Amino acid sequence: MNRQQTQTVAKVVITAVAAIVVIPIIYVVFYTVARGIQAISWDFLTQFPTNGMTEGGIFPAIVGTILLTFGTAIAAIPLGISAAIYLAEYATENRLTRAIRLAIVNLAGIPSIVYGLFGLGVFVLFLNMGTSIIAGALTLGLMTLPIVISTSEEAINTVPQEFRVVSYSVGATRWQTVRYQILPQATPGIITGVILGLGRAAGETAPILFTAAAFYVPQLPQSMFDQTMALPYHLYVISTQVPGMPLDIQFATALVLLTFVLSMIVVATIFRTIMRRRREW
Amino acid sequence: MTAQQGVPSPLPVDEAPPRPKREIVIEAFIRVAGVSTIIIIILIFAFLLKEGLPAFFKVSITGLLARRWYPIEDMFGLLPLLVGSLLVTVGAVVIAVPLGLTTAVFLGELAPPWLREILKPVIEVLAGIPSIVLGFLGWVVLAPAIQNMGAPTGLTAFTGSLILAYMALPTIISITEDALYAVPKEYRDGSLALGATHWQTIYKVVLPAARSGIVIAIMLGIGRAIGETMAVMLVTGNAANIPSLSDGLYFQPVRTLTATIAAEMGEVASGSLHYNVLFAIGIVLFVITFLINSLATWIIGGNGGRRRGGQI
Amino acid sequence: MTDSIINIQNISFTYGDGTEALKNVSLKIPRNEVFVLFGPSRAGKTTLMRLLNRLSDLQEGATHAGDVEFAGQNIFNKNIDVIALRRRIGMVFAVPIPLPGTIYENLTFGLKMAGIKDANTLNERVETSLRQSALWDEVKDRLDDSAFALSGGQKQRLCLARSLALEPDVILLDNPTSGLDPISTSIVEQSLTELKKQYTIIMVPHSVQQASRVADRAAFLLDGEVIEVGGQAQIFLHPKEKKTEDYVTGRFG
Repeated sequence: MNRQQTQTVAKVVITAVAAIVVIPIIYVVFYTVARGIQAISWDFLTQFPTNGMTEGGIFPAIVGTILLTFGTAIAAIPLGISAAIYLAEYATENRLTRAIRLAIVNLAGIPSIVYGLFGLGVFVLFLNMGTSIIAGALTLGLMTLPIVISTSEEAINTVPQEFRVVSYSVGATRWQTVRYQILPQATPGIITGVILGLGRAAGETAPILFTAAAFYVPQLPQSMFDQTMALPYHLYVISTQVPGMPLDIQFATALVLLTFVLSMIVVATIFRTIMRRRREW
Repeated sequence: MTAQQGVPSPLPVDEAPPRPKREIVIEAFIRVAGVSTIIIIILIFAFLLKEGLPAFFKVSITGLLARRWYPIEDMFGLLPLLVGSLLVTVGAVVIAVPLGLTTAVFLGELAPPWLREILKPVIEVLAGIPSIVLGFLGWVVLAPAIQNMGAPTGLTAFTGSLILAYMALPTIISITEDALYAVPKEYRDGSLALGATHWQTIYKVVLPAARSGIVIAIMLGIGRAIGETMAVMLVTGNAANIPSLSDGLYFQPVRTLTATIAAEMGEVASGSLHYNVLFAIGIVLFVITFLINSLATWIIGGNGGRRRGGQI
Repeated sequence: MTDSIINIQNISFTYGDGTEALKNVSLKIPRNEVFVLFGPSRAGKTTLMRLLNRLSDLQEGATHAGDVEFAGQNIFNKNIDVIALRRRIGMVFAVPIPLPGTIYENLTFGLKMAGIKDANTLNERVETSLRQSALWDEVKDRLDDSAFALSGGQKQRLCLARSLALEPDVILLDNPTSGLDPISTSIVEQSLTELKKQYTIIMVPHSVQQASRVADRAAFLLDGEVIEVGGQAQIFLHPKEKKTEDYVTGRFG
């Protein structure tokens, strides 16, 4: 085989492998949509499950996931953005900063089930919150923290250094520079990152397994100290723990969860594109 | 502090005045937030130790390394779980690394721009699919398909590896692509100018230059695979056995460290030995992923720091 | 010689990477004149400028030695209010950098950060500074337009006006005409004549020609050292140092 033939073969192989990677992804999404759409109706989205969950809807699981996602946002956003501001604008390159960066990388790498263990030990048992929305949201919040920090720091670092220099040169303090020049420019990027992080949290099962999720609750949660149903856990339960569960309902639940999570990602991506086009620098 | 126009006089520069309280409070919070990341990770580890360490004394190291996991009779041998995690992870890496590297090369070097614009979001979507959804599809679609091919069950280490491989792919692809992208254009041009074909350039110049990035991609992919819980729990069959070589190593049910915690923690009494052992598994997972991620960070070296816009 | 507003004494400056940008520089800057710092690239001109309002603080790991006396104070005194110093010594950069926002917001940002909120004061400062930088007639009807909508020359005059709005004592102009067309350049140069009545101007020029057009006094810098200081006629017509003469006459390698 000469060089040109090798090249042709290599290119064909590479393209074929890329197809092996990409086609199943597309297939998985379309298959879930095609199977799931059949059982989705207005009632499915707005009714409680009935008859041992084999009939009816998934309303409480949807509400639970929304509540958990909001709780996660409240837990992760203030701390995460502040830490990002610290790293991007205040930290100098020293041992402490390196330790912080190492901590963030490792927080991002801790398995979600280990977060679940920590949440169980600290929030549910030690702080006596019980299996509850607040314990689940705090656990998910910790898990989301490194994502919020990394994406926010990146967004802040994208703001040109020139704006900082100009701001200081007209007598702004460091905080004034951050507050009035940097953050307004970084906000779109920060929002995108936060939504991406929350999308990930919304789809997680392991962290809420022992901290928030309930098999079945006959009413919506009344306070943040109630346990709750949630979409990912519900999908796990009905696909493995409920005998005689109609497959259509399982696929429909998977589709709702997939739509919930992917629409957050899509919204974040579109938002980022629009804001990038709009900015003037 | 208005300058007297026309007759500038040497106004003394003020002594530093007290800064506004609000600003002091906010900046203090920002500093605390930065340091809190260290505190959180220490807290997590400390808590795992507090709940898990007793297991090492009560069961003993030899007990934990035994071949049998049977909590009802207080047999807490972690070996089958370690083997399960190892098998599934190695399988996932063996599948994901070649696929991921090749796809990254395709995206970075071969794909026309319009196709790249489509494929990159598709891969981002894969990264966003919740693991429980992939696990569910593995459970209802992939496992039956594997069983149809002649395996005694579709819930096997291989099924888990396949699902995990696709979960690790986005990480591997995006980091590798960044690494390829970072290879200076001069290397490529130089190689092409010397008469090398595009493929020779990729194979002999671009890939070696991107080596450390690729290593990191693989390591983080491994980290992701070891820690994954729900997907493997649904598709690996959850049998705490050490699979035998003779019966097709990868086509038997296994159980991973993560799945064991997820499956059993709901049923144990807090403070019991079983509870301690499950936290001890948490320690093992924490330490493994901590080492992998720290090593990857160390390889990246000082480049992880700030990247700022140019000087004026 | 008139009394000096800034007295630079034995300043040395080293960047975090070890580059020695300034070596034992001493200069006296007289009030209400245009003082030109010129020399080849890497002579230390910009570094010196940024030291004067302590924008050099933003350089991580950089160190300096020596004193700069301004208005009777050493600006490196640790009790000094750096923020107040920067309000007193304004700066215009080589590349015009509007802040994101409107023309009006650009001009009032520094004032608002200094705690000035009164609308009349703000409006008055905006008009005055725009007139001083010869931009008022062009933008008076579009103060609420984005600053990015201005032309290059207008942006640079906006940046000048932004410094002037704070009513500083000294203005640092770091090659302010580098990206400008000849007409815009001449507008900026002409405005200097007016401005120096009210302010002290330290400027890094675009070229030796520009230096000799605008300077009252000049210092020739080379590799972080001051080679020669003197009045416009001395430096550009009868330089005492061989190196200065070579550079001024274009014989410099």
